[in-house]
Amino acid sequence: MSSPLLSITKLWSSSIGKKIVVALTGIVLTLFLAGHLSGNLLMYVGEHAFNEYAYFLHHMLHGGGVWIARIVLLVCITLHIVATVQLTIQNRNSGTKYQVDGTQRSSLNSKLMIWSGLTIIAFIIYHILHFTARVGNEYNNPDLYKVIYDGKEYHNAYKMVIDGFSWFPATLFYVIAVTLLCSHLSHGVASIFQTLGLRSSKTDALINKGAKLYSIIIWVGFISIPISVMLKIIK
Amino acid sequence: MAKLNLTLKIWRQPSPDNDGWIETRKANGIPTEASFLEMLDIVNQEILEEGADPIHFDHDCREGICGMCSLTINGVPHSKEEGVTTCQVHMRKFNDGDTIWIEPFRANAFPVMKDLIVDRTSFDNIIAAGGYIDVRTGSAPDANSVPIPKDQADWAFDAATCIGCGACVASCKNSSAMLFVSAKASHLNTLPQGQPEKDKRVLAMVRQMDEEGFGNCTNQYECEAACPKLISADNISKLNRDFALASAKEAVATV
Repeated sequence: MSSPLLSITKLWSSSIGKKIVVALTGIVLTLFLAGHLSGNLLMYVGEHAFNEYAYFLHHMLHGGGVWIARIVLLVCITLHIVATVQLTIQNRNSGTKYQVDGTQRSSLNSKLMIWSGLTIIAFIIYHILHFTARVGNEYNNPDLYKVIYDGKEYHNAYKMVIDGFSWFPATLFYVIAVTLLCSHLSHGVASIFQTLGLRSSKTDALINKGAKLYSIIIWVGFISIPISVMLKIIK
Repeated sequence: MAKLNLTLKIWRQPSPDNDGWIETRKANGIPTEASFLEMLDIVNQEILEEGADPIHFDHDCREGICGMCSLTINGVPHSKEEGVTTCQVHMRKFNDGDTIWIEPFRANAFPVMKDLIVDRTSFDNIIAAGGYIDVRTGSAPDANSVPIPKDQADWAFDAATCIGCGACVASCKNSSAMLFVSAKASHLNTLPQGQPEKDKRVLAMVRQMDEEGFGNCTNQYECEAACPKLISADNISKLNRDFALASAKEAVATV
């Protein structure tokens, strides 16, 4: 009837098809957050554990692992953004405008999706420049950020995190972005189930509560680190 | 007999090509027994006596089953009362001195024809694309000649109660027609008679929906709250699932 490539084009150009792309990439990004958070929480275990974890990330599969992860995440985030921006533009031009607002059920989080999403991408760019590309800071300077454990040289990622969050504006932006991420997840995670056809009124309450719980865990987990740095709990 | 004195803020628009505006009009001495449409009938009678153009609005059965009446009342299609159409809203739900905003069902896919009347042909086009079954419609078959489990029959019946009024589109922040399309597809897709054309139907109806310029569902469930027949958004979940499977089959097999 049609070639698989044509079918993919058709899927992308349909409203539900594009939403399926958003949901599937959303799953990858959501699970990435859980992995990222569990790694970050090693900050509470101590310098040694965190730096060894950072070393592992950069050296697994002979240094290829981190690049596989980066490429997968870049593809997912690009598809996620392009699809949602296109869907949102269509939605904004679809013509529902009333003199009186009669909103009955839409949550604040659901109405903020595009704005929380765009803030998160701005944050991700900043975050990568800050800790991955290490632009405008000394984190690549081996004189300052080198530690030796058992005669082996490690990058002192632990010290980098503490220094990174010792500057108040960085912490503030981080907390704002992660708070909006929490808002984004609370609607987004529940929407994954609906878009993939896995939600019903039987599971609705469970899915909504699960999505909220997950977003709160992500929120508390992530913001606790810069706050602990500011409060000198981690030092 | 209690009477209400109301201020109406009504959308007036002489034709699809003209800009519309909100007209403010007093509606005095409205009996609480009147239905919302009867209230408009009373106001229209006064307008006619003044020699002006009455307010144009859609209506037919006036008992909540035909899907013809529309009106967005204070920002909510069919008013904020749960599970009723505009014609089933009664003036006893309002208080003396209230200001009531009356607007058409808004969506680009529902262009205003005149005042509060909108063109819902886009829904007909979606039905024509796949909301049917190709069978010979001879005499009625014997009851239970096709066995259907009770839960499937219930699901299909609940979906089939959709009267196609368009409140789901009008209430949606994105003017999405997903609740309507999902109810119509789900009704047939659940029953044995709808199985042979299930995939073809889902793909055709969703593509026609996109073609008509409806927006995209963002899972906010305003439609469910506005629906006069209380159609469940579970149908949307099912449509998403059926569409994903039908698309996959279309990609690698024949539908």
